[in-house]
Amino acid sequence: MHSAISLSVAAPFPAAGARSDAFPLAGGLRPAGIRFCGLRREALGLRRLRSPATGRIPPAPARGLPRTVAAAAAAAAAGAGNGSPASGFDYDLVIIGAGVGGHGAAVHAVENGLKTAIIEGDVVGGTCVNRGCVPSKALLAVSGRMRELHDEHHLKSLGLKVSSPGYDRQGVADHANNLVSNIRSNLTNSMKALGVDILTGVGTVVGTQKVRYGKVGLPDKEITARDIIIATGSVPFVPNGIEIDGKTVFTSDHALKLEWVPDWIAIVGSGYIGLEFSDVYTALGSEVTFVEALDQLMPGFDPEIGKLAQRILINPRKIDYHTGVFAKKITPAKDGKPVLIELIDAKTKEPKDTLEVDAALIATGRAPFTKGLGLENINVVTQRGFVPVDERMRVMDANGNLVPHLYCIGDANGKLMLAHAASAQGISVVEQLCGRDNVLNHLSVPAACFTHPEISMVGLTEPQAREKAEKEGFEISVAKTSFKANTKALAENEGEGFAKLIYRPDTGEILGVHILGLHAADLIHEASNAIALGTRLQELKVAVHAHPTLSEVLDELFKSTKVNAAVSRSINEPVAA
Amino acid sequence: MATLSQLQLRSSFLPSFPSLRRSSEPSAAAGVMGRGRGRGRVEAKIREIFMPALSSTMTEGKIVSWTRAEGDKLSKGDSVVVVESDKADMDVETFYDGYLAAIIVDEGSVAPVGSAIALLAESEDEIPLAKSKAAASSSSSSSSDPSTAETLAPTPPPATEALASPPPPSPAAPSPVSASSSTHPAAEGGRRVVATPFAKKLAKDLKVELGSVAGTGPMGRIVAKDVEAAAAAAPTTAAAAPSPAAPTKPAPSALPAVELGSVVPFTTMQGAVSRNMVESLAVPTFRVGYTITTDALDALYKTIKSKGVTMTALLAKATAMALAQHPHRVVNSSCRDGKSFTYNSSINIAVAVAMDGGLITPVLQDADKVDIYSLSRKWKELVDKARAKQLQPHEYNTGTFTLSNLGMFGVDRFDAILPPGTGAIMAVGASQPTVVATKDGRIGMKNQMQVNVTADHRVIYGADLAAFLQTLAKIIEDPKDLTL
Repeated sequence: MHSAISLSVAAPFPAAGARSDAFPLAGGLRPAGIRFCGLRREALGLRRLRSPATGRIPPAPARGLPRTVAAAAAAAAAGAGNGSPASGFDYDLVIIGAGVGGHGAAVHAVENGLKTAIIEGDVVGGTCVNRGCVPSKALLAVSGRMRELHDEHHLKSLGLKVSSPGYDRQGVADHANNLVSNIRSNLTNSMKALGVDILTGVGTVVGTQKVRYGKVGLPDKEITARDIIIATGSVPFVPNGIEIDGKTVFTSDHALKLEWVPDWIAIVGSGYIGLEFSDVYTALGSEVTFVEALDQLMPGFDPEIGKLAQRILINPRKIDYHTGVFAKKITPAKDGKPVLIELIDAKTKEPKDTLEVDAALIATGRAPFTKGLGLENINVVTQRGFVPVDERMRVMDANGNLVPHLYCIGDANGKLMLAHAASAQGISVVEQLCGRDNVLNHLSVPAACFTHPEISMVGLTEPQAREKAEKEGFEISVAKTSFKANTKALAENEGEGFAKLIYRPDTGEILGVHILGLHAADLIHEASNAIALGTRLQELKVAVHAHPTLSEVLDELFKSTKVNAAVSRSINEPVAA
Repeated sequence: MATLSQLQLRSSFLPSFPSLRRSSEPSAAAGVMGRGRGRGRVEAKIREIFMPALSSTMTEGKIVSWTRAEGDKLSKGDSVVVVESDKADMDVETFYDGYLAAIIVDEGSVAPVGSAIALLAESEDEIPLAKSKAAASSSSSSSSDPSTAETLAPTPPPATEALASPPPPSPAAPSPVSASSSTHPAAEGGRRVVATPFAKKLAKDLKVELGSVAGTGPMGRIVAKDVEAAAAAAPTTAAAAPSPAAPTKPAPSALPAVELGSVVPFTTMQGAVSRNMVESLAVPTFRVGYTITTDALDALYKTIKSKGVTMTALLAKATAMALAQHPHRVVNSSCRDGKSFTYNSSINIAVAVAMDGGLITPVLQDADKVDIYSLSRKWKELVDKARAKQLQPHEYNTGTFTLSNLGMFGVDRFDAILPPGTGAIMAVGASQPTVVATKDGRIGMKNQMQVNVTADHRVIYGADLAAFLQTLAKIIEDPKDLTL
């Protein structure tokens, strides 16, 4: 359920200002009173649906707070799980949009005894499940295997022999499609099993605590709710001048169906989405031309990671690129003519070049899907389509005042356009609704790009960290390691990779971790959890990692740091005897 | 090895990562060891700085930048040069004190792992000596430097002393393939080159000028195989060009404008042709001619022409059958080392085809075994591929016997030079009506053609050739077996 696909174009963290605000560790604040939400809820939600047939909901495993357990138990006791609303509203909580964010919020709300409804105008699962991270992971799973099977040098060095591997396009497409249906029904069932009311239609906010929803041809219904969460997500952003025909010029929405594999495809935008698709297409035999408006490829990454990624993911593959150019006009192929892409210089706007390719994938980021939400009814003005919110996801109106009982999470608020971030924001909102103040630390939210090898990151890039350090007057240090030094990576013959850790030597606080290498997306969580929980390097240094594992890459990073602060607490209590 | 190291690698990973340092030092050291100059020897005054192996897969490295200039004094541990490997940019530092006397490989140039990239002098006095060494070493070993190997245009020589004398590509070094290209810019003049990403990459690697490559992909774009064919065509033409009399019928438009009265240096390909021509002088060849009546062949050709059979295929088939009928197929053998016969297992007939600015020899493999119809189809396919510059190496360099036909120009007889590595080549003249006296004392008109075989006398003797030609004549004069 990670979302590499739902990220915006250039910066992984579009709201740079919001980041430092939401960085409580920097202020020396220990998260005593504030609970941070991670991905755990999300995982539980999925786990639970394994046994939907029984209709029984296992109580949420204790997260250390008796209140949560009690609430969950109460919810379970209520049979359907969806309690009765307080004080005359139809619902305690209505969520507009059943994507990963809305789902995460709904599940958490019901667990906490809130009577919850979710309104969906399309299909449950939103972008991530239907048109984003989920199907793209299916395609990337195929591309990873194709790469392995085609890498004769690599196979030979492992002593393997494989003769002429190939693929069946329809089979690959079916795999992605089946995965989508599977995850979508899991998601739907998990909400049904908990008793979340799934209302079909397009939701509109008509006033404070009032939502209308309806479908074309059916009478609209109006419901009231104590609190409302907007979670309408985003759609692919298509710049002006680009004509989408869905066949030769298309967005990720179409590309994920893998209706054909063009010989030569231009990918406009070299962020996460573009990079993942370049991995898929080149593995399936296409040649790729990147068109990037900024001066370098992969602009959102830590520069050192970006440079190495270019060496591993771009240069050796059948990929070329044009940087510092805009695709001013893209004409789909017709009448025997190829797709035409007119490039202009990003700065001077002078015509630069014209590309003739078989297909063009527009991966220039995502635009919030907030039209028709009725925000004008409550005096909210979107900013470039995004719903303005504060650090607690509370919606702000045109005058900068908080709109009572209205929240916005996920891509629609643009804070961090990742599926798991949306879910975490939703959980954070529900925590607040239950009377527990909660601010999500966005710097603890990891991000991953599922290329081969993978790229992952959490927290600040090195330049961001240096800027912050200069502004706030502290020192930073950087620890680096290579996958070449990791036994497990070498056993897999996948020594290509690099990891870096940016930290404060005075406090042992982790500011950012960036990994490029085998299973990087799985490795990042040790670091993201450490940031979320405020674990210091002096503690992590002495923690033990199983040998030989890829996790030792992080162990190596932790151990090579030089922290001046003393060990504050030793890890000596056995977890299991 | 490590004791000879002159440079140590300082990768960006190292400072914070001790265990990598352990594992990578030996390989780095191996790449930068001093060649033949022990550290212990007092006279070791000028040391070579070698291209280090920065990764296990690195075969060559690009000099990103020299961080120090010629004449700079260096202390042990100073960073001297930034090298780009297939993996990363890395600073390389010196293990010795001294002066950076001469830079052999310039910024932006590529050098193979282990080759000298600069010289380090122990004292200032030795800098001039080092510089002269650098000049000498570059003229013998820098053929891998594209800027020297491809200096076709009258550009001024590069400023660096080391590169001041662009040397001819040494035969031992893999000579860069510059398909006739750089001197044959696209005739369309200014039209955009549309090439796929991989084609561009290949063109860069194989040093093929895209402007000269004909695209066969969708909408005429240049695809990878076009570049491969162009790159392959260059050495082939060179290797197959030994027959100076072979038809060269370049399209006038493809020829570069040549200013009369000027001296134009050979392109790389032309240089290779020249070398091959000179090399052929080392082979003791002799020639045997024969006149063959082709009336029956002509008649046969008329009847099966409609089935797509070509005269070239008929001749190749006849030749192959004649070759096969002799003991050990000796005329199909060759002499590779001056000491032994190489009896080829297959009879592969190479046929010279004129190409723009050169010629190529597509090969009809197992021509004795393949039936004439398949052979004709194969021939058509090969010619199409040759025109499109798409021949694969095995389709042009596996010939065991060569045919060269100038009959279409009305040439009645000529003499071919033997391609190195093969045993014999047959020059075929035009078949023309001839007044002949027959054995029964009459005078008649017959179509006759003259063939002339050039062979390596070390393995093929006069009687062998004579017998072969007699067999060939029999087959051609009674060609019924050709269609079996």
